[in-house]
Amino acid sequence: MSRSKTFLHLAFILTLSGPCQSTWAANWSLDQLMSALAHGGNGMATFTERKYLAVVDIPVDSSGELRFIAPDRLEKRTLKPSVETMVLDGNTLTIERRNQKHVLQLQDYPGIAGMIGSIRATLAGDRKGLEQVYQLKLNGSAEHWSLLLKPRDASVGRVVKQIQIEGRQDEVRSVEIEQGDGDRSVMTIRKAGSS
Amino acid sequence: MTGRWPVAIWLAFLLVCIGLISRSHFTADLSAFLPGAPTQEQKLLIDQLKSGAASRLILVGIEGADAATRARASQALARRLRADGQFLYVANGENVGVEQDRRILFDNRYLLSSAVTPARFTTEGLHASLQDSIEQLASATGMFTKALLPRDPTGEFMHILDRLGGDNQPADIDGAWASRDGSRALLLVRTRAEGSDTDSQERAVDAIRQDFALAQGSLGTAASGLHLGMTGPGVFSVEARATIKREVTRLSILSTLFIVALLFTVYRSPTALVLGLLPVVSGALAGVAAVSLGFGTVHGVTLGFGTALIGEAVDYSIYLLMQSERSGEVGGASSRGWVAAFWPTIRIGVFTSVFGFASLLFSGFPGLAQLGLYSIAGLLTAAAVTRFVLPHLLPAGLRIRDVTAFGIALQGWTARARVLRWPVLGLFIAACAVLYGARGHLWNTELSALSPVPAQEQALDMTMRADLGAPDVRYLLVVDGTDAESALEASERVADRLRPLVEAGVIGGFQSPARYLPSEASQRARLASLPADAELRRRFDAAIVGLPVRAARFEPFFADVAAARNRPLLQRKGIEGSSLAQGVDALLVEIDGRWNALMPLEAPTAGGTLDAGRVRAALAGVDPGAVHFIDMKGESDRLYAGYLREAILLSLAGLAAIVGLLFAVTRSPGRVFRIVAPLAVAVAVVSAGLALTGHSLTILHLVGMLLIFAVGSNYALFFDGVDGRGEIAPRTLASLAVATSTTVAGFGLLGFSSVPVLNAIGMTVGPGAVLALLFSAILARRTEAAAS
Repeated sequence: MSRSKTFLHLAFILTLSGPCQSTWAANWSLDQLMSALAHGGNGMATFTERKYLAVVDIPVDSSGELRFIAPDRLEKRTLKPSVETMVLDGNTLTIERRNQKHVLQLQDYPGIAGMIGSIRATLAGDRKGLEQVYQLKLNGSAEHWSLLLKPRDASVGRVVKQIQIEGRQDEVRSVEIEQGDGDRSVMTIRKAGSS
Repeated sequence: MTGRWPVAIWLAFLLVCIGLISRSHFTADLSAFLPGAPTQEQKLLIDQLKSGAASRLILVGIEGADAATRARASQALARRLRADGQFLYVANGENVGVEQDRRILFDNRYLLSSAVTPARFTTEGLHASLQDSIEQLASATGMFTKALLPRDPTGEFMHILDRLGGDNQPADIDGAWASRDGSRALLLVRTRAEGSDTDSQERAVDAIRQDFALAQGSLGTAASGLHLGMTGPGVFSVEARATIKREVTRLSILSTLFIVALLFTVYRSPTALVLGLLPVVSGALAGVAAVSLGFGTVHGVTLGFGTALIGEAVDYSIYLLMQSERSGEVGGASSRGWVAAFWPTIRIGVFTSVFGFASLLFSGFPGLAQLGLYSIAGLLTAAAVTRFVLPHLLPAGLRIRDVTAFGIALQGWTARARVLRWPVLGLFIAACAVLYGARGHLWNTELSALSPVPAQEQALDMTMRADLGAPDVRYLLVVDGTDAESALEASERVADRLRPLVEAGVIGGFQSPARYLPSEASQRARLASLPADAELRRRFDAAIVGLPVRAARFEPFFADVAAARNRPLLQRKGIEGSSLAQGVDALLVEIDGRWNALMPLEAPTAGGTLDAGRVRAALAGVDPGAVHFIDMKGESDRLYAGYLREAILLSLAGLAAIVGLLFAVTRSPGRVFRIVAPLAVAVAVVSAGLALTGHSLTILHLVGMLLIFAVGSNYALFFDGVDGRGEIAPRTLASLAVATSTTVAGFGLLGFSSVPVLNAIGMTVGPGAVLALLFSAILARRTEAAAS
């Protein structure tokens, strides 16, 4: 049965929808960036993530591995402080922790879909997918670009205020998510094998 | 006239039979296959099959059109079914009633969470669980748990969800459950009615069909390509009953038509035809009435079998009409002559048949016992009516077609058939060799071999179960209690022993009603673990030393714990309508005033087996006598193996009785051998034929073999001759040919039935009767030659 899924769904129910519109960036164009990312293909990387949460006094850190398999599979394997595997494959989100497995459908959790989905869509160079949910704003150059995602819909805005993704060429270097409740997380990504 | 009394008695007898039949109860459920005198384990198995939670499940699949349309149809259908009181539970992946579920789980988390122990609320325990919760914030799970932390820092809510949540969730496409390959939307429905209540199940199945049609209509043309599929024990019972009903009707019409056509061709006299059928109709009525009296209910399979027996029962009147014909006229003096000349032979034939069927009466398999009683009552009545009533009804001057010419032709063929003696012996040896070669896999030892559910439907059921994560329960612990509370408490003691088995990989997991509704004893113990407010605050302050949190943020937690300490215990009525209620209702059932907690066990690997010995060892000493381990498949196969063993013994006993009877009558081992030998060859050849064509033999094939003896002996007796001289008149030979044709038609038609029980008997007896006649003819010539 899928009780855990449905309970979680209700516990954190969020809705998401909105009209479409696009914004153009200067010198290093969004099309160039997306095309570069789309050609990046599969990738393996390590990450460190720091979350600033109101409920705890100090930031909480985690680290592990990221793996992207084109077109739509993203694996986030947290190794510290405790092992947890999260796999986003198509629309199915699987979280496995201490022999407990939760399988969720992304469309049931639009807020979380917004956070995880934005990373996946960026890695895939899926401009259309990103623009369905966010207004995009690109700054900087090919050597150091910064992509700002702002939710189109106010109801999403309550959960995700904005997401800032930075990188170099076809490589995503960091993802910073500001949540609606003021909590914030910064994930730094290093491509496996690169310095 | 002396004929009045027999006729009057006969008519009165028919009236009594019709009266009994009109008040009979007819059924087509599992009951024919379940033992009349079960062991304790078998009784539990039967309870499960009849009324267990699994027996009430209906799996619904929607195919056709596109995924989005299927999902919409699933939602529209589920909405209608949820409004129908016949259904306890309708699941299709939609979040229905989740708000209530969540509130019940969250509000009662200190009663429901098995992690709530005194140790958990010590300073050390609080420190550990807080540290764990903070760690979780760092991971992906933290996205979900963050908001709950101030109220539930020990993570009881997530603990409950982990315990309740299964891994085997169906895939979700467009907001509705779907099969793994995405081609089918899936719903899981549980009926209020028991699975064995076929009438209610039929209403439920019809309601689903109607609601589906309405849902389809409401979706417009896009939904016109959709179609519905249903499986589950109740659906199968309904379909099996419909199939048996349909086939019994069809088979009886077909065999009646065939026999009527054949007899009319032979007799060329409508009067003779009608009179010839009287014994059969009387026999059929007597058979049904006898079964109704003896068993209370008449099973559809018995009626189906009855249609085949028409062909056998009509033989007696065929003999009377065809053999007694002298100078082109039957009735009056000629029938008295027939009685003197042929009745002794026919009487032996009737008794050998009755002896054969009588052995079935002792079967523990109610289906077989019914067949036995039906046949005995039917054949005795048909023979008695032929002997004592029919001669009085034959009008003077009744003429039927003269078949002497046909008989003489047959006589010529039988004379030439002698040359086939050695080939028949060769065939017998070859058949024995085939049977010897196949001895290892000759018999099917699984009860499912008798299942009237087509293999295609069974496969669909398996697929949908796998997709829904609702596997067929094979291993089950049944924990018996005098009331619900004692059954729950015992199930918790059992669960304590099972947990180490899960960790050791002996079992894959288990379910328990106490997971949804803990016993009151457990709930009280959990509440007693919660410290009073001041004490909790003191321990919490100590627990957060070294952790990056402040006690001030956890006021909601202190308030909730204080409230929990004063909460009433959770009871069944407190969870009405929630998915907790569904869980506990499925696994905690009242049967005959006692309460059973059901604990399905999963094998370590999906579809595999588990080590029953280790499970039993682990449970040793826990509530002795109250905990029963059942391997449902093993138990039903054991049940069937028992039937098979018993049927083999009974068949041998029936055979011995037939041989004993023949010996008592003939007083000649040589004659007995000559009568039995052709039948034995026929049985061997038919069995070898079945083995060669890939049929594994079931209990019903075995019964068929016994019937070859019981039926075939009649023909063999005639060939052996009334007094052993082996001389056979042309007209007698012609009557035998006609009698065999009707028998073959009756049983042969069963061979085309899709009901395995009927099919097996038909496939064995149909060819067997023909071979019995042929082999009797071929082998009998030698004795005639020797005798004359």
